[in-house]
Amino acid sequence: MQTPLHKVQGLGASHTGTGHFWYERLTSVALIPLTLWFGYVMLGLVNASEVASISFLARPLNALLMAAFVVITLYHVKLGLQVVIDDYVHTPGAKMFLVLLVRFAVIATGSTALFAILRIASL
Amino acid sequence: MAAPLSTSGPQKPDLTARPLSPHLTIYHWAPTMIVSITHRATGIALSLGAMVLAWWLVSISNGPEGYQGFYALAGSPLGIVVLFGFTWALAFHLLQGIRHLAWDLGYGFKKETARRTALLVIGLSLVIAAAIFAFVWTGHAGYLS
Repeated sequence: MQTPLHKVQGLGASHTGTGHFWYERLTSVALIPLTLWFGYVMLGLVNASEVASISFLARPLNALLMAAFVVITLYHVKLGLQVVIDDYVHTPGAKMFLVLLVRFAVIATGSTALFAILRIASL
Repeated sequence: MAAPLSTSGPQKPDLTARPLSPHLTIYHWAPTMIVSITHRATGIALSLGAMVLAWWLVSISNGPEGYQGFYALAGSPLGIVVLFGFTWALAFHLLQGIRHLAWDLGYGFKKETARRTALLVIGLSLVIAAAIFAFVWTGHAGYLS
């Protein structure tokens, strides 16, 4: 059942409309150039000394790009894993638990990585 | 002439024999099906890869001991196999993601086109992963150090 207001807003049963779909696409487009940059960096730092790795990652532009890569990747991970859970887990309790677990894991991974990037920049 | 559904009288419907969609197990595997499920599998694997990336950044920020510990692990036979897996998975997910974005724009829906781009994603991802490892093993990587 949709109220006239709901129909006008066009948000449907999810209450967020096409938000999930749209952000999945938006993050994937942003990740194309960032992934190419990431591949260039990882190959460039193969067998690099610790000093070389630190001095590369400590440069402001590189630190910023790495932070953007980490944050956008993790947001993409959160959206993608949620679709997998929606498709395969049909028990409401287990679904809620797994969605929250993904959210916590993503936030924990992201804050850890961002702290490490800041710490490298200050070394 | 349709065969009779039942030879005996009225009986309870056999629920276990009911046809269930989508019959995944009886289809002949097509390239389009393979890349579809592999996109999902590589996505899940790369979620763990994001955690390894965070671990790598932490190891660099932790000074010489942390750095050497991570690199000893990454350079071990198991570490190299895992890194090759992540390299291929990232190449595959990137290429298949671009294929998905092309669909979102309305391109590539023809049956033969979809089959060809699926095969292209499989082939190209393997070539890219192999080329990256060949590039490293021939000593061409490490240009930022």
